[in-house]
Amino acid sequence: MTAVVFFVFAAIALTGAVGVVLARNPVHSALLLVVCLVSVGVFFLQQEAQLLFAVQIIVYASAIVVLFLFVIMLLGVDRQEQWAEPIRFQRPAAITLGVVILAEIILLGGGTWATGAHSTRGALERHGGNIRPVAQVLFTDFLWPFELTAALLVIAVVGAVVLARRSGQPVEFADELEARAAADERDEEPVP
Amino acid sequence: MTITGNYYLVLAALLFGIGAVGLLLRRNVLVMFMCVELMLNAVNLTFVTFAHMLNDRGGQAIVFFTLVVAAAEVAVGLAIIVAIFRRRRGATADDVRLLRG
Repeated sequence: MTAVVFFVFAAIALTGAVGVVLARNPVHSALLLVVCLVSVGVFFLQQEAQLLFAVQIIVYASAIVVLFLFVIMLLGVDRQEQWAEPIRFQRPAAITLGVVILAEIILLGGGTWATGAHSTRGALERHGGNIRPVAQVLFTDFLWPFELTAALLVIAVVGAVVLARRSGQPVEFADELEARAAADERDEEPVP
Repeated sequence: MTITGNYYLVLAALLFGIGAVGLLLRRNVLVMFMCVELMLNAVNLTFVTFAHMLNDRGGQAIVFFTLVVAAAEVAVGLAIIVAIFRRRRGATADDVRLLRG
């Protein structure tokens, strides 16, 4: 049963990942990303990480992808990407890298090799859920990093607001904004 | 047939490789960003797998922090992308090689 679930969702995850890379429309990429993230969440569930499964669905597959979709809609979905590559050796180099990574995986996937100390932060619960053990370690050993992430999130939110705000005073009329953008375009020197 | 941790590790490595190749192949900034998310997610899967293999809570706790960093990164990154697109319509990654709007 575990094997069936694994192979089915592995196929779905890989298909989703390849789809993210190959889809022409960014909206399709975002939706295929959801497919991939949810199947990775199933692997979390298979490995006794129930809390992370919930977080994966709520934060990753919902919040982050919705943010992506908002930005895609904000910027316009109808724009087509040119597939011509201006840098000459970029494509062959990327594909070579992919082949090298694949070879590495085949090399490494041969044996069992999880070395290291076991249960340094305490053992996982094998049956009956890992929410309490993980929460315990988060609020004891990792308390200081946990507080730092709160600061990090605040900084990120403030930074995002500052970056996304229109610079200067708030503009009252949309056409004035357009005119300003057009003026900016005219001032711009051609890229050498 | 039993699924050992190696299966998950190989799958995570494959996902990471797909993300890396996608990051290099695509020129749309948003899709490149999604590929970065793919790679982050593959690493999370590796952490969870090692936590399971070594029977350690630490691996799962670390994934928590990775998720937080990913969320912060998405917020700031998308704000940067919006700021870039406001200046240049239809920008790709190659159009922003100069660090001036």
